[in-house]
Amino acid sequence: MSAVSKQDIVHQLQREILCLQGARPSASGKTDLGLGPVLEAFPGNSFPTGAIHELISHRPENAAATSGFISGLVSGLMRSGGVCVWVSCTRRIYPPGLKAFGIEPDRVIFMDMRNEKEVLWTTEEALKCEGLAAVVGEIRELSMIASRRFQLAVEQSRVTGLILRNQPRNLLPTAAVARWQVTHLPSIAEAGMPGPGAPRWNIELTRIRNGIPGNWQTEWQAGRFRFVDSPPMKVGVPVGDLRDRPQRKTG
Amino acid sequence: MSRRYLSLWFRHLTTDYTIIRRPALRNKPFVLAAPDHGRMVITAVSPPAGQEGINTGMPVADARVLLPGLEVLDDSPGLDGKLLRMLALWCIRYTPMVGIDRPDGLVMDISGCAHLWGGEKAYLSQILNTLRGKGYDVRAAIADTLGAAWAVARYGRTTALVEPGEHATAVLSLPPAALRIDPLITSRLHRLGLDKIHRIAGMPRQSLRSRFGNELLLRLDQAFGRAEELIEPVVPVEVYIERLPCLEPICTATGIEIALTRLLETLCQRLQQDGKGLRTAVFKGYRVDGKVVEAAIGTHRASHHVAHLLRLFEEKISTLEPDLGIEVFTLEAPKVEDVASQQHVMWSGATGLQDNGLVELVDRITNKTGAQTIHRYLPAQHYWPERAMVATTSLDDIAAEVWSVTRPRPIHILARPEVIEVTAPIPDYPPMLFIHKGQRHSITRAEGPERIEQEWWLSDGEHRDYYAVEDEQGVRFWIFRSGHYAGLRSYQWFLHGYFA
Repeated sequence: MSAVSKQDIVHQLQREILCLQGARPSASGKTDLGLGPVLEAFPGNSFPTGAIHELISHRPENAAATSGFISGLVSGLMRSGGVCVWVSCTRRIYPPGLKAFGIEPDRVIFMDMRNEKEVLWTTEEALKCEGLAAVVGEIRELSMIASRRFQLAVEQSRVTGLILRNQPRNLLPTAAVARWQVTHLPSIAEAGMPGPGAPRWNIELTRIRNGIPGNWQTEWQAGRFRFVDSPPMKVGVPVGDLRDRPQRKTG
Repeated sequence: MSRRYLSLWFRHLTTDYTIIRRPALRNKPFVLAAPDHGRMVITAVSPPAGQEGINTGMPVADARVLLPGLEVLDDSPGLDGKLLRMLALWCIRYTPMVGIDRPDGLVMDISGCAHLWGGEKAYLSQILNTLRGKGYDVRAAIADTLGAAWAVARYGRTTALVEPGEHATAVLSLPPAALRIDPLITSRLHRLGLDKIHRIAGMPRQSLRSRFGNELLLRLDQAFGRAEELIEPVVPVEVYIERLPCLEPICTATGIEIALTRLLETLCQRLQQDGKGLRTAVFKGYRVDGKVVEAAIGTHRASHHVAHLLRLFEEKISTLEPDLGIEVFTLEAPKVEDVASQQHVMWSGATGLQDNGLVELVDRITNKTGAQTIHRYLPAQHYWPERAMVATTSLDDIAAEVWSVTRPRPIHILARPEVIEVTAPIPDYPPMLFIHKGQRHSITRAEGPERIEQEWWLSDGEHRDYYAVEDEQGVRFWIFRSGHYAGLRSYQWFLHGYFA
């Protein structure tokens, strides 16, 4: 009895601390993106909507896998009838290909800019726009200042921003709430069936504010994520904790 | 409300312009001449030359006899028309209805405009002083009818300001030439001793018509206000236009912004009352040096939202060069549309393509970076991958068909298929490995072929056999072979896209 109440108090305190740190529970209830076991990595066990997520793709081939994962997330965010804005200056997305991820391609607005500077400006303007479900920006180099501007914009508008960073030159810390890395995995076809199976990716959450980084394997099957290994491989200490620890100064 | 008209007469239009361009010619006798039937004929005479008895229409050789030191300059054809148009555009600051009165005048409908300058007297002297300050020898008159204003400006001896209702008496004492009639009729009238208008005005209309034709009667009626006369304005008058004259010329960005905000507020209020919204708007600044600077914006959906429109203009204010200062600002909305009072909801939920915030975002981006940056794709009924969608820039286009993507389609596509080298075991089997940009990919899994025929009614070319293949790392490619395997005919493999 007392143990349960103690746990309740701990949960209550954790929630209060999260609120103090700026993480707000999404207003319109929980958005279910079908992320299953990944949810445990997030603070409050819910995907941080209304925040900036960074998705890194180190090799050009992985850009397709990352775009696929983004499409999977966006289709979940768009389920409530919103519109997605996709800002880029080197766009390779084939709109009919989005259909496989449950996105109506005519409800994605592509903004094709001439250079990265315009992409930054447009992404920020789009993130300020409250009526959108998600904003995807293909930005190679994201500085701390730019990411902080994005973060301030989404704190007002509660739009989810997904920044796809294709082959970034350096990975300095940013104000993004999470940093993902998606790579291809060989697909596993159903027994006796020829040809490639469902898309299969290794998803690595390398940084998550107030959460636990981890590594998962998932497939995109029948319009939803299907996680292959349910227990996540926990690695390292939470980045948020490390950063906030005052003793670090002495080292 | 009675109408008031102003007529301007430039007595030496082209010579004045020449003096403005070449001040050394001031007070010197000179003429402008143009070739006519193999000789030079005088087209314009400067005032000192006119005093020597030189007239237009005289051959240059004759004029040289009268005045040996006469300077002759070439007259460029159409100069007077261009000058009048330029002056008419400049005069728009006084009234929106300015018309060109060939060959040497302007007519303006000034009804309801003069009080903005503190009465007709101040209004008239302001116009005359400014034009004379520029160097034009100009005469003007204000009257209730166009005909009377024209007559008094050119032939009147007394005040140029004809009080309302007095136009008939002002015209009566003038010669018949003041009626804008054919010189032939004027000379006939003079021969008959009818040298003043009041002598004709009392005559029976029938006898006037039988002797001098309809024109004289029409001109008489127009001068006395019995017949309607319209001005053809140089710039068509917009329905939705707001003007803001400034006391002092404005030359700072802040000043321009304040002017813009004021104009937007009044214009949007008017639009809102009429249930309209603007699709395009043009903000113009009339500079002190007579040039006009302007900035234009467009919106995707009719809007009368001041804050939004102001944001669209904000990007453009820096492009306006005030130079020495801007005297008058105007804001017009050439394209307005009805604003639907209720927003349509295309998809359930609070947000969608109809969302106002989204429309405003698109407006901001297209006004900054151009209309071609926004793309939406609608399905098209083609199997050929490049033609399976049509691009649109509008948010209102609705997909006519559903997206029918039954076969696997890649998430990334290359703008142009890239050539790859392929090893395949036997014809029509999926390849075993391929080399792309010097990198070898061994294929572990493959699916296909999916044959897509070229649409012969649209374009020539070979069909494509597409394969979805996966290499050892799990990267999935979309490759195709163009054409058949055939003995002598060449075929080529291409990489076209990447699967997620």
